[in-house]
Amino acid sequence: MDATVSTASLLEVRGCRQSYHKDSNADLLVLDDVNVTLKTGEIVGLLGRSGSGKSTLLRIVSGLLRPTAGEVFWRGGAVRGPVEGVAMVFQSFALFPWLTVQQNVELGLEAQGVARAERDKRAEEAIDLIGLGGFESAYPKELSGGMRQRVGLARALVVHPDLLLMDEPFSALDVLTAETLRTDLIDLWSDGKLPIKSILMVTHNIEEAVLMCDRILVFSSNPGRVASELAVPFPHPRNRLAPEFRQLVDDIYALMTRRAVKPAASLAPATPDTGFATPLHAVSTNLLAGLIEALAAPPYDGKADLPALAGSLQLEADELLPLGEAMQTLRLALLEEGDIHLTDAGRQFAEADTDTRKIIFGDALRAHVPLTAAIRRTLDERWNHRASAVRFRDELEDHMSPDYAEETLRAAIHWGRYAELFSYDEEADQFSLEDIDTPE
Amino acid sequence: MSSITRPASITGRRLPNIWDAAALLFVFGALVALSNSARGTLVPLDALETSAITLDPRHLPDYALRTTLRMFAALAASLLFTFTYAPLAAKSRRAGLIMIPILDILQSVPVLGFLTFTIAFFMSLFPGRVMGLELAAIFAIFTSQAWNMAFSFYQSLTTLPSDLDEATKSFRLSGWQRFWRLEVPFAMPGLVWNTMLSMSAGWFFVVASEAITLGDNTWKLPGIGSYVALALEKQDVGAVFWAILAMLVVILAYDQLLFRPLVAWSAKFRFETTASATAPDPWVLALLRRTHVMRVAGDAVERVVGTVTGLRLSWPTFRAAPTRQSSRGGDMVFGAITAVIVAWAVWKIVVYVSDALSWGDVGEAFLLGLFTLLRVIILMAMASLIWVPIGVWLGLRPAWARRVQPVAQFLAAFPANLLFPPFVIVIVYYHLNADIFLTPLMVLGTQWYILFNVIAGAAAFPGDLQEAAQNFRVGGLLWWRRVILPGVFPYFVTGAITASGGSWNAAIVSEVASWGDSKLSAHGLGAYIAHATDAGDFHRIVLGVVVMSIYVVLFNRLFWRPLYAYSSRRTVM
Repeated sequence: MDATVSTASLLEVRGCRQSYHKDSNADLLVLDDVNVTLKTGEIVGLLGRSGSGKSTLLRIVSGLLRPTAGEVFWRGGAVRGPVEGVAMVFQSFALFPWLTVQQNVELGLEAQGVARAERDKRAEEAIDLIGLGGFESAYPKELSGGMRQRVGLARALVVHPDLLLMDEPFSALDVLTAETLRTDLIDLWSDGKLPIKSILMVTHNIEEAVLMCDRILVFSSNPGRVASELAVPFPHPRNRLAPEFRQLVDDIYALMTRRAVKPAASLAPATPDTGFATPLHAVSTNLLAGLIEALAAPPYDGKADLPALAGSLQLEADELLPLGEAMQTLRLALLEEGDIHLTDAGRQFAEADTDTRKIIFGDALRAHVPLTAAIRRTLDERWNHRASAVRFRDELEDHMSPDYAEETLRAAIHWGRYAELFSYDEEADQFSLEDIDTPE
Repeated sequence: MSSITRPASITGRRLPNIWDAAALLFVFGALVALSNSARGTLVPLDALETSAITLDPRHLPDYALRTTLRMFAALAASLLFTFTYAPLAAKSRRAGLIMIPILDILQSVPVLGFLTFTIAFFMSLFPGRVMGLELAAIFAIFTSQAWNMAFSFYQSLTTLPSDLDEATKSFRLSGWQRFWRLEVPFAMPGLVWNTMLSMSAGWFFVVASEAITLGDNTWKLPGIGSYVALALEKQDVGAVFWAILAMLVVILAYDQLLFRPLVAWSAKFRFETTASATAPDPWVLALLRRTHVMRVAGDAVERVVGTVTGLRLSWPTFRAAPTRQSSRGGDMVFGAITAVIVAWAVWKIVVYVSDALSWGDVGEAFLLGLFTLLRVIILMAMASLIWVPIGVWLGLRPAWARRVQPVAQFLAAFPANLLFPPFVIVIVYYHLNADIFLTPLMVLGTQWYILFNVIAGAAAFPGDLQEAAQNFRVGGLLWWRRVILPGVFPYFVTGAITASGGSWNAAIVSEVASWGDSKLSAHGLGAYIAHATDAGDFHRIVLGVVVMSIYVVLFNRLFWRPLYAYSSRRTVM
């Protein structure tokens, strides 16, 4: 890589790698070889599933986190900690409950040592700009979610940053509030009223990314990489219903499900040591059954376009994709190019009664989810039919971060309980075959 | 309800580990060293003999004032300690490894047993002057207050919400600004609550630490505690009641003027983003908030405080560190230093104890500890049997709960040792068995923690669950077993832990009692320590305090904490 940094770019991320260190094993990669360049005057979206490392990248860019390898350059200088000129908006708003709206907004100015009179003036401007006039003396808990995120925005804008970082800023809000806030922000941006040069935002909402961004970086998971980069050529304000808009959304769905096809390639029967490394999402069996029923029924009749399905079921991509992947893991459905279609097992499941469903689900778990298969086999082998969950957790942690391991184990417990493959006692953190009918 | 805030002693790690052992040895090594250096420096104080205490009630306001001043001096010292010790332990991983177990041990140790050492120490600092005694008394109160405050602050510092933490870093607040904008406000509700618990403990100690007997010498500092001690010597029942009255007035004043408003005010810092039902302001706070003059003054104060706390006293110190392992070398150096200090402590203790004590003494202390343990267990069970049903009954009736709750909290704050004399008079008069009838004194002051926590728990019991129980006509024993007892259980455990800790401490003053010339004494570790103190036998005091600490620490770690962890796991949806 050359040492000169082009002047047009505000921010450059070069060869960023973030790994999670585990004593016994090789490093687990969260981010791998990520390169991002951000120019003046653009809104860039980092789009990906939860756990694709996009939030980690945002924290690296903001200077809150140092990457394991690689460098971040801000205005040509290497980033070693939070830098001036970068402000962040948080998913959870991160407002201080004991400070009023005004005091929250002034926080960044206070940190810069701005005098009180100047602080008052600038805070007032930011508060008015973002539509919070009249709420200066309110405490955050008196405000609705949308108003709170407006405070978060005002707090970031008041320091006149060159770069605004937003970490899933609208995902904690209801649909209507989120939409209002998005369009308000885009209007201010288009009118040149925001005192900023660029925006870098993290989102898992495909439509949101297409609606707001000029450029979208789609992340793949495990480890997080920039899988593809798309330009959004539409002028603001954008129409969600325009055919080009829909087409782009469809394309992105296809991009995001393409990766998921990969594990289906290994159809080898489960053995105790393989397949443990596959992280599972602990999706509810209730939701799974509901989705399978919806898919089997008209108008879908077993095959659906994911964006359309997401729209009619009012699920976001981030909610729908884990469901689809779980169904794919269990071979109840297949994901392909933004479509989902039921397999024969899936159709049988849709038509079956509760007890038969449990049998189908149990068979799928034994055949296609090595972890649950291994738990059941261990229980069968033990004389007392008991096994501590700790050993499975430890084994999982050799292959993934503790959070993933916990989530994966939770999925195994939930699915195994539903299929009546085994019981689990939370108090003792132990699997057993209690209350399970074992065919002798 | 304010009592959803937990005392600091019950959360955190559960099973004892090697650092706990190191901390235990460290604390007692220091203790032994202190007593060793202090021994033999005892000098009689003549100054105090001239300004003798009188039983004239007209002097009581003056005595009460002096007692209160000692309290607040100790409180100031405790706050200073809290604001230095806790951040240090929270910000340095290595320091925290040893500093936190030390704090944990210190808050479990029967501080009353310390009294002797600290008095000897402070008097050797100011030989022949009242100053030494005053400082010793203040230090005794400090030792009853500081640990749980520091612990509470430490816990807050280590559980800062990560998004607020990131916000302060990304907006580049200086260390000083971060401390006052994030760390202190976030810790405020827990800190205020623990300060209140500390004050209650403090009243207990201030009374016990004013009249000091060490070997052949007895000193009395002007104060309510000395007044009561003298009244007991002179067998003056009237004076005892005057003292109780004076204390009632003092506690009522500090409760109404200071803590009610403080607790209500600290609710502002509670970390919740939803508006919850708030209790009406206590009258003092209402006065402060709504009177124009007070408001103007308040705003001015707030402006000054805001400016001072907003100063950028240091450059932003945060530098994101690449995620890497901590340096092994540093850990080893730190471990080695700790090991050396602990070895020194062990050596000190062994030399000191083997000087005059045999294994028989150790066995005796442990046996007496068993008696005291038995007392604590029986009394906790009895207090629970009485107060849980009453608390539930009151808590489910909001009108009653509102009226009784402040009274229960008030009673918990009242120094129970002032109430001992009437009981002692009765026991002496009827020649009752001291082993049995001195026992209830241990929970006299501490049982109220159970009551007001259970009231709070029952009051917070979800209305829909109550309706569901009624709808399915769950009644009688089943209702207690399946509905309300599990519902108030976490609250009960919280109260019982505080009560049990207090009872151990109270053992030292409640297992021995006197009325004029008649001395009562029960068999127990508390009496053992008290007798050793009277005799000026430093060896047995150290032994007694160490044994009692071991009992308390193990009792907490092996019984209360697992119980607390269990209860909080079970009641979360």
